[in-house]
Amino acid sequence: MSKVLYKLLIGGVLASSFVASASWAADTIKIGEVNSYKAMSAFLGPYKKGWEMGLDEINSQGGVLGKNLEVIYRDDNANPGDAIRVAEELRTREKVSMIFGGFLSHTGLALTDYAKRRKMIYLAAEPLTDKIVWENGNDYTFRLRPSTYMQVAMLIPDAVKLNKKRWGLVYPNYEYGQSAVATFMQLLSKAQPGVEFVVEQATPLGKIDAGSVVQALDDAKPDAIFNVLFGADLGKFVREGNTRGLFAGKEVFSLLTGEPEYLDPMGAEAPEGWYVTGYPWNKIDTPEHNAFKTAYEAKYGEYPRAGSIVGYTSIKTIAALIKKAGSTDTDDLIKAFSGLSHNTPFGPITYRSQDNQSTFGAFVGQTALVDGKGEMVNFRYVDGADVQPSDEEVAAMRPAN
Amino acid sequence: MTLSGLLVQLLNGLVDASSLFLVASGLSLIFGVTRIMNFAHGSFYMLGVYVAYTFVSHMGESVGGFWVAIILSSLMVALLGALIEIVILRRVYRAPELFQLLATFSLVLILQDLALFIWGPEDLFGPRAPGLTGSIEILGRNFPQYNLVMIVIGPAVLGILWLLLNKTRWGVLIRAATQDREMVSTLGVNQAWLFTSVFALGCFLAGLGGALQEPRIPANLALDLESIGTAFVVVVVGGMGSIPGAFLAALLIAEVKALCIALGTIHIFGIDFPMSKMTLVAEFLIMAIILVIRPWGLLGKPQATARNDHSAEPPLRPSLPIFKWCTAALVLALVLVPVFEETFPYAQIILVEIFIAVLFAASLHFVMGPGGMHSFGHAAYFGLGAYGAAILVVTWKLPMELALIAGPLLAVLGALVFGWFSVRLSGVYLAMLTFAFAQIVWSIVYQWDDVTGGSNGIFGVWPSDWLSSTTALYYLTLSIMLAGILILRRILFAPFGLAIRAARDSSLRADAIGVDVKRVQWVAFVVAGLFGGIAGAVYVFSKGGISPEAIGVGRSIDGLVMVLLGGVQTLFGPIVGASIFTWLHDSVARETDYWKAVLGMIILLIVLIFPAGIVGTLSHLWQWIKHHRPLQTKKVEASK
Repeated sequence: MSKVLYKLLIGGVLASSFVASASWAADTIKIGEVNSYKAMSAFLGPYKKGWEMGLDEINSQGGVLGKNLEVIYRDDNANPGDAIRVAEELRTREKVSMIFGGFLSHTGLALTDYAKRRKMIYLAAEPLTDKIVWENGNDYTFRLRPSTYMQVAMLIPDAVKLNKKRWGLVYPNYEYGQSAVATFMQLLSKAQPGVEFVVEQATPLGKIDAGSVVQALDDAKPDAIFNVLFGADLGKFVREGNTRGLFAGKEVFSLLTGEPEYLDPMGAEAPEGWYVTGYPWNKIDTPEHNAFKTAYEAKYGEYPRAGSIVGYTSIKTIAALIKKAGSTDTDDLIKAFSGLSHNTPFGPITYRSQDNQSTFGAFVGQTALVDGKGEMVNFRYVDGADVQPSDEEVAAMRPAN
Repeated sequence: MTLSGLLVQLLNGLVDASSLFLVASGLSLIFGVTRIMNFAHGSFYMLGVYVAYTFVSHMGESVGGFWVAIILSSLMVALLGALIEIVILRRVYRAPELFQLLATFSLVLILQDLALFIWGPEDLFGPRAPGLTGSIEILGRNFPQYNLVMIVIGPAVLGILWLLLNKTRWGVLIRAATQDREMVSTLGVNQAWLFTSVFALGCFLAGLGGALQEPRIPANLALDLESIGTAFVVVVVGGMGSIPGAFLAALLIAEVKALCIALGTIHIFGIDFPMSKMTLVAEFLIMAIILVIRPWGLLGKPQATARNDHSAEPPLRPSLPIFKWCTAALVLALVLVPVFEETFPYAQIILVEIFIAVLFAASLHFVMGPGGMHSFGHAAYFGLGAYGAAILVVTWKLPMELALIAGPLLAVLGALVFGWFSVRLSGVYLAMLTFAFAQIVWSIVYQWDDVTGGSNGIFGVWPSDWLSSTTALYYLTLSIMLAGILILRRILFAPFGLAIRAARDSSLRADAIGVDVKRVQWVAFVVAGLFGGIAGAVYVFSKGGISPEAIGVGRSIDGLVMVLLGGVQTLFGPIVGASIFTWLHDSVARETDYWKAVLGMIILLIVLIFPAGIVGTLSHLWQWIKHHRPLQTKKVEASK
């Protein structure tokens, strides 16, 4: 009895869910997008708005190769296994020409490997891990956002200038935190021989015991602190640190903290005088960025976040890519992608032919409290091309395909 | 580290102990009386933080206003808890043991999307507590004033709960119900309202625990799952149902963590070892050690068996011919699926996913249903099998075919070790020990970068060329799944299967007729581990890799949900449950941004309509139709 019902159910499943998409409209170019929308909604909401705005712009200007672009997006549940499943669905059922997206390192790396396996172009929009373009890089994968290495390298000149001897390190206990700290130690030791790393706190992601960690850092009496914490961990850490006076008389260098996604939730608690990488959305005064900002605010009634820029630029990259390639054939796309240049709200970028990393940069500056909320001041834009290791080092890390 | 530094770190530990205790005490109370493993307890804690954020932001500028806001928030959460208990949980108390877990699991999904809907996705950092914003100097260090208040609140709540439980009539009833709830009911106490009041009090404590965190942590959507694992650990280490035990356990765990952080990097045998990394796994190590030494936790007592345990479990019967024919037809249909690749290009991909889930659920069911041992950590074997296969291919360069066979042996090894300890416990303690082992496996995998790839996992593990097409992989997975299910089924009808079931139904009688109960259970554990490991190994090759997410607590819970959804008392239940759950997961997520809530509501609906699981309820219905028995007699029987 139950058996029969089960079969009926399976039948229903087959009928309703497995059928290839009815939209056989041949006048669109389908692009797949995979991301952890649910798990990382605070970051990927603005990102999605960014690519939606870019998509509207592209299509209102007549699309690419005479066709409209169409983005089909899927949630990967912050899980590489699910990322592969939805990528397979996009490939087989939706028949997309290429995919983009990714936020977390492991889903990004899984898609990188998948791209190579299925010979499909993947533009890694947000994931930061160096491995996507270096150790695990391949011909099919390109990355937009500045990597962990690049973000760390952007902070090094200021750190060297301050010439502090004793450093404390605090980071979330997973690949992003570990590799950021490893890069920081390596680059700083090279630039400033004799530097000491006196304390190291690896905290479980999302579950920092802020009080104990702050005190352990303080007890080691470092002159400066390098921080990789973000999100809720950062908020807890900063509040405990402020109350306990951890930051008094110490310089703090912090990755990504200048991005509105991380700075704004802290409100009046935002730290002052930290050296950070980020996105001072309200102070950048260039024609490209003003145009982007005005359009974004008009469309959504809110200010852009770092994710908005990344999403917007991703889809613009894809449009420029297909236009240059003249087709959606993967081999043509690969040829066109290497060395592809186009303009972005941060100025022109190029996808480097040596490792498929774009030269998209970020802003480096200091945090300050303005009208009771955190902002970036004294900032400058660092071009991604200026914070790369030498081409020989890159070639040594990248596997020969 | 100086002595004064150590002392202040211990003080930091006390703060965390108080926070832990508040959440755990409510969970312990609820479990003690209602026997419900309330997965949603962390969600009530999260709601406490969010509601307090809203109230404190609006009225928390004065000292009085702040504390009124905290109490109001906790009361709101308690009210919601009471409402949920009355509307939902009351309908599932009579269901077989553990089935309530499904209802609370669906609540986790629904409440999370509710919080997202009301408060939005961004972290919300509330204002500090007025009058307690600064710090005072202790041993030359600045110590936050609010943290001192937290240190006091924990023991204060413990005292109030003790008074409530020991000096009031309500407390007497609660303690009586904790010991023997049927007897309490027989003596004329209105059980329904007793349960509601306990559930509301438990939720009040969770809400209070959350609300008090408002000045310390940003409200965010990850708080529910972060807190629930630790809360369960505290409750189990303390002894289920024991409030002082929970306090002691919270103290132990918080202080050990504070010490790990305080020690910083230590040098063992010339190797630098950052102790702060131990915080990831400290509580699970403690739980495993405590459970091995003291099987009922620090202050717990052996669990009194609830009288309706397994009462409705009929013996297994060989399947009827019609069932066999239906199965054959289904298998034939599955074999023919690749023929329709053009029309249904996604069918094979999602079916491979379903087959793996089915094998995983069937292996879990083997140890849970006929074995009677509720494993909350079955993901461990899935993970060991998966990582075993992946490491063999990537590091040892073995061919895929060999790795597929050898990988699961790692799962067998794990099951041998974990099973040996686990079968010495029973009931919820066994469940939590398996959970602890799974978390330990997970945290080793997560941190052992050189071997397991750490948080990124291992990728680039694709099948051999002859299996590289979607269809070849489909047939491989289908045949492994079918073989696995048939073998598991065969074992259950073999003498060994009879022994397992005998050991479950009455270990004393089984022992008396010469069954070596512990040994039989141990072997059952290993068999389940093997097939869980095979599911993991197949998963690796279907996905081209494995990462810690795929073997975490989420997979263990998914497994439980699949088995319970289909019906733990039938052999076919887990197959149906796994299929439906995997398919729902895939299709609902595509339709709406609030897919967690939708999935939760569907599961809740299934729970309410099919109180014995889908297959279980349908086959009860079938039996009833077949024998034309009036419904009334059955009901009376069931309640006996």
